[in-house]
Amino acid sequence: MGAVPASLLAPAAPLRLGISPITNFGWRFRRCSVTDVKLLTFVCNWCSYGGADTAGGLKLECPPGVRLVRVMCSGRVDAQLILEGFRSGADGVLVLGCHPGDCHYKEGNYVAQKRAPLLARMLEQFGIERERFRIDWVSAGEGERFSKVVNAMYDNVARLGPLELVDRKVEGSMR
Amino acid sequence: MIKQKPKVAFYWCASCGGCEETVVDLNAAILDVADAVDIVLWPVALDFKYHHIEALKDGDIAVSFINGAIRTNEQAHISKLLRQKSGLVVAFGSCAHTGGIPGLANLTSREEIFRTSFHESPTVVNASGTVPQEDSLADGMPVRLPAFWEEVHTLDQWIDVDYYIPGCPPPPALVLSAVTAILEGKLPEKGSVLAPAKALCDTCPRRKTKSENTKITKIHRPHEIIADPEICFLEQGIICCGPATRSGCGEVCINGNMPCTGCFGPPPGVIDQGAKLISAISSLFNAKTKEEAMEMARQVVDPAGTFHRYTVPSSLLGCRIHKKAAMPADGRMDREAA
Amino acid sequence: MKTITVDPITRLEGHGKINIFLDDDGNVQKAIFQVPELRGFEAFAIGRPAEDMPQITSRICGVCPTAHHMAATKALDDLFKVTPPPAAKAIRELVNCAFMTEDHALHFYFLGGPDFVLGPSAPPEQRNILGVVGVVGKEIAGQVIDIRRRLRDLMALCAGKPIHPVFGLPGGVAKAIPESERTQIQQLGRDTVKFAQFSLDLFRKIVLGNKDLLELVTGDIYYNETNYMGLVDADNRLNLYDGDVRVVDPAGKERLKFKPQDYAKHIAEHVEEWTYVKFPYLRDVGWRGFVDGPDSGLYRVAPLARLNVADGMATPLAQAEYERLYETFGGKPVHHTLANHWARLIELLYAAERITELADLPELTSPDIRNLDFGIPSEGVGIVEAPRGTLIHHYKSDERGVLTGCNLIVATVGNSAAICMSIDRAAKKLIKNGNVNEGLLNMVEMAFRAYDPCLSCATHALPGEMPLAVEIIDSKGVIVQRLERR
Repeated sequence: MGAVPASLLAPAAPLRLGISPITNFGWRFRRCSVTDVKLLTFVCNWCSYGGADTAGGLKLECPPGVRLVRVMCSGRVDAQLILEGFRSGADGVLVLGCHPGDCHYKEGNYVAQKRAPLLARMLEQFGIERERFRIDWVSAGEGERFSKVVNAMYDNVARLGPLELVDRKVEGSMR
Repeated sequence: MIKQKPKVAFYWCASCGGCEETVVDLNAAILDVADAVDIVLWPVALDFKYHHIEALKDGDIAVSFINGAIRTNEQAHISKLLRQKSGLVVAFGSCAHTGGIPGLANLTSREEIFRTSFHESPTVVNASGTVPQEDSLADGMPVRLPAFWEEVHTLDQWIDVDYYIPGCPPPPALVLSAVTAILEGKLPEKGSVLAPAKALCDTCPRRKTKSENTKITKIHRPHEIIADPEICFLEQGIICCGPATRSGCGEVCINGNMPCTGCFGPPPGVIDQGAKLISAISSLFNAKTKEEAMEMARQVVDPAGTFHRYTVPSSLLGCRIHKKAAMPADGRMDREAA
Repeated sequence: MKTITVDPITRLEGHGKINIFLDDDGNVQKAIFQVPELRGFEAFAIGRPAEDMPQITSRICGVCPTAHHMAATKALDDLFKVTPPPAAKAIRELVNCAFMTEDHALHFYFLGGPDFVLGPSAPPEQRNILGVVGVVGKEIAGQVIDIRRRLRDLMALCAGKPIHPVFGLPGGVAKAIPESERTQIQQLGRDTVKFAQFSLDLFRKIVLGNKDLLELVTGDIYYNETNYMGLVDADNRLNLYDGDVRVVDPAGKERLKFKPQDYAKHIAEHVEEWTYVKFPYLRDVGWRGFVDGPDSGLYRVAPLARLNVADGMATPLAQAEYERLYETFGGKPVHHTLANHWARLIELLYAAERITELADLPELTSPDIRNLDFGIPSEGVGIVEAPRGTLIHHYKSDERGVLTGCNLIVATVGNSAAICMSIDRAAKKLIKNGNVNEGLLNMVEMAFRAYDPCLSCATHALPGEMPLAVEIIDSKGVIVQRLERR
């Protein structure tokens, strides 16, 4: 395992919806030149969660800023959860579901696939670049694919740098 | 001993005056309300001053109804003052509740507003580049203007709010029932929205025509087709915000044969109305492939303005990120236009 | 001079504000009217779908949402190059007339009326609608409320909602009027005509029958010689919903007549540092400052302007009243600002008569309310007469009909320079040698109130009609008095 700053191993702030992300999955953390971004990754219990596990078993490289949240289906990752992720400090949000045709619940990943482009367009209107949100497919056996997708996404987000949302509750933010 | 009538204040922040008109639209019922309470502040109709409010003891006003969003320090100041002097504060109408239409300004910036209004307008002749200043001389006389803030805020982003009356504007019947509930002390848990807990789809007169398995193959904008006045708008491919909007409006827009635009804000359990609408509407798309999903998304010309029409300031994101020039809705190409 | 201490906590930036500066002798050096906010509709309209404009721009003002809805809808007809069917046009005009009568009545009885019914220097606690009720009687008040309610119900029937309507679409309206409603609408029209006549009688009795008030109306305190602007039909008669824009000069001669699409060729706007409102003027004259007279490029809008611009009224009863007004003042145009109150009631009568005419139109209840034969959207202008004057909406869009530009010249903005001049003039005439009292200040405010100014509209910012602060500042820059009307 590479050297990881302690601050990045601490869990991200729990989401308002009551979920605490997993930060360490046995991967070999890669050295990152830009280490101060966080990538919230929703993984499906039936596929990509397994993919993350496989990546850990193979000791594949993953960026330390990745935070995993296990969900039962990518179709259950409501757009609210994705916004909540950004609001809670994520600099990028990745949703990993089952390959088309493989959904444990038959249709869930298609629901996720329909939602993504509409949400992406809205995020852009709010000034959140397209590269910060992505949906992709990883099966339980695809440890390498998991590592590849996560690293590529992380690099894209790292290039953009941290996302700075205005804290709407704080008076100091008023101009 | 004569029982003292409860003191009530109405105040407006950044709003259009429609919330005041809706109170006038109570018609005769307003006289009953006026009999039951002692109105200590109501700028539109009666002549009271600040210092009257400042002279009151803390908590002396039974309830303050505040409409409009917060954009200046004066609005912030008075809402705080009213909070201090009031037992209950009710956010009245969409702007105070969720930000309202003026909240769409959070998708642009102060700079763009000034540029559009004072430089790029086709009628403005402004060779010297004059823009309004906080301190300036008018004909040699020193005058002051309030600063124009970067963002619009909801009332509860500034002060503690006890209850919310939704709507743009809230319909008179809802106002009356909420006011009655307050006067009779029959109030739900603090923080409640004083309107029905169902989503609009559940109370919609067209509900029966919505199928279990709606599949939208093409999105029609309201002007593009003649909508059947009996059939669910979503079945007809017209975006309707009913799935993630609170009911209680009397379905007036639906009955006017126009789709819901979401002014009542989110139903219980929904934090971000726009995001929930994205989930709800996209799930109806008839799209199996990524390309089909992208094409359906492209047909929604303005997702943020459609799904967050009244809720940008109260949304999870709250405003556009100004770090760098962001690309707005598709089709916005001609910045120099107008 | 008596110095009145001002509580420093009382801050009033968020409202219309009049600053009156006194010289060493306590006479008025300058009175300045500021509009202190801005909401930015023109900026955040960009990127929105054009067809959403009628509903979005109605939120500029909850007092006259119908006017914005109408101007926006007409701009969309132009943008999408589509002509609405006759029924849709009739329904739109009917809603516009119902709104105009209701709004004019509201102004006369609630806002402007109290100054006349109770007298300009009556104690402020009486100078409101309740005071008016005391004078005219509860029965009349009941009638006002009842007519207003019925007009609002008609608007709800046709437009979905009376506040922030939802019926306007490019090429038509969203909902037809069922034939079963016709008799009710006809009855409402007749009742509204009677109500308008009654209101005019009341005005004659109270104002024209009172020597002091008549002097005030016809005197020189509230007087500015300006150009006037308004919509006229093909026969140059007043029209509130449609037509060409006509401008007459201070002598009453036609100066310009142009199609709505050409508005930007003829109107320009000036920006000042000390207020968020812009000041429109006639482009060919140029900006010459806050001056009236034959060389001024400033123009006025709203009821009196519309009457000054028109050669007459298109309905018989209103025409008779129109003639009476000009007889009283001895010719056209009338430059007396307070005559706006009279002109407003004449328009009330016109709009009421127009309701009866529209109610009889066979096509009113036709189900043919939409035309879908759109061209490729590009640019559109819509102009209607709002209660407070000529209202201009101008949109540009891409070929999908998504807005790329938006320009609004809102009714009260049309009068913004004139309001500044009127206030300055009234203050100079009324305040002498440091003698300031509430009654005099109210008379300064009357100059402002005659325009029925809607600051909510003007800035696309401020709520409602009346909140206002007046500050009197002496030659040392010290605030000696502050009055608030909130």
